Amino acid sequence: MGLQRNVSLSTGLRYKGHSPFWAYILHRIGGAGMALFITIHILATFAEQQGWKIGDLINKLYTSPAFQIFILFCVLFHAINGLRIVILDLFPKKLMPYYRQIIRAELALFIIVFGFAVFSVVTTALGRMS
Amino acid sequence: MSHLKSRALPISKRGLSFEMFMWAFTRATALGMYGFILLGVIGALIMGAQHNMTFVEVLRWALITNPGHVESTQIADVTPWVSSFWRLIASGMLLTAGSHGVHGVIVILDDYLPKDNQRNWNRYLNMGIFGLVALAGLYIIWTA
Repeated sequence: MGLQRNVSLSTGLRYKGHSPFWAYILHRIGGAGMALFITIHILATFAEQQGWKIGDLINKLYTSPAFQIFILFCVLFHAINGLRIVILDLFPKKLMPYYRQIIRAELALFIIVFGFAVFSVVTTALGRMS
Repeated sequence: MSHLKSRALPISKRGLSFEMFMWAFTRATALGMYGFILLGVIGALIMGAQHNMTFVEVLRWALITNPGHVESTQIADVTPWVSSFWRLIASGMLLTAGSHGVHGVIVILDDYLPKDNQRNWNRYLNMGIFGLVALAGLYIIWTA
């Protein structure tokens, strides 16, 4: 049993699915990124509470601006794209015909929210240095 | 684009298989997490976040309202922040996000595992990891 696919990675990357395809891929990357890093973060915090040094080390990495920008990308894209999916699935008959326009609106909203988040992370980091 | 006809069946006509249940579960937990985050942000603002916390710290607190997430902020008195209510909200968020997440990870990995045997291991391993991490998370939330 199981699916058989004979499509190479390079063919997959050239797939012209446009915005819905990229929303789907980024939703997966964001979700997998969160699952991985939240798992490590919980285990690191547990280690920290037990007094093991490895926990401090990992959680210190997590407070760095670069990591915060990456995880905010995962969280905010997954959250905003997920809300778009929920809304489309709640009213499929009315909204599905406009899915491309809705993805464009979602992207605009994401850029505004993520831009503000990055701005806030950078100014906080600069404030901490001075 | 309005010439495209939607082929979606109304929910009442779809029947309830395991896939249909998990489809609804994923969407319901997504909305639930929005509720938890909103509650966390409103609670933080009521308890004085406006002058004592940065945007990132408020977000961190809202995502999981556990005592550890209010340490190292400018909040002077953390007593209202470490109440049983906020620990309960954090536990709810942990289990909601965890079950949503473990289902998502299994769905993603299924796409890259062609054999039934691999797919079964994918389920056992990820659900096992989720169980252990959920226990560790609950321990952190209730003993910190």
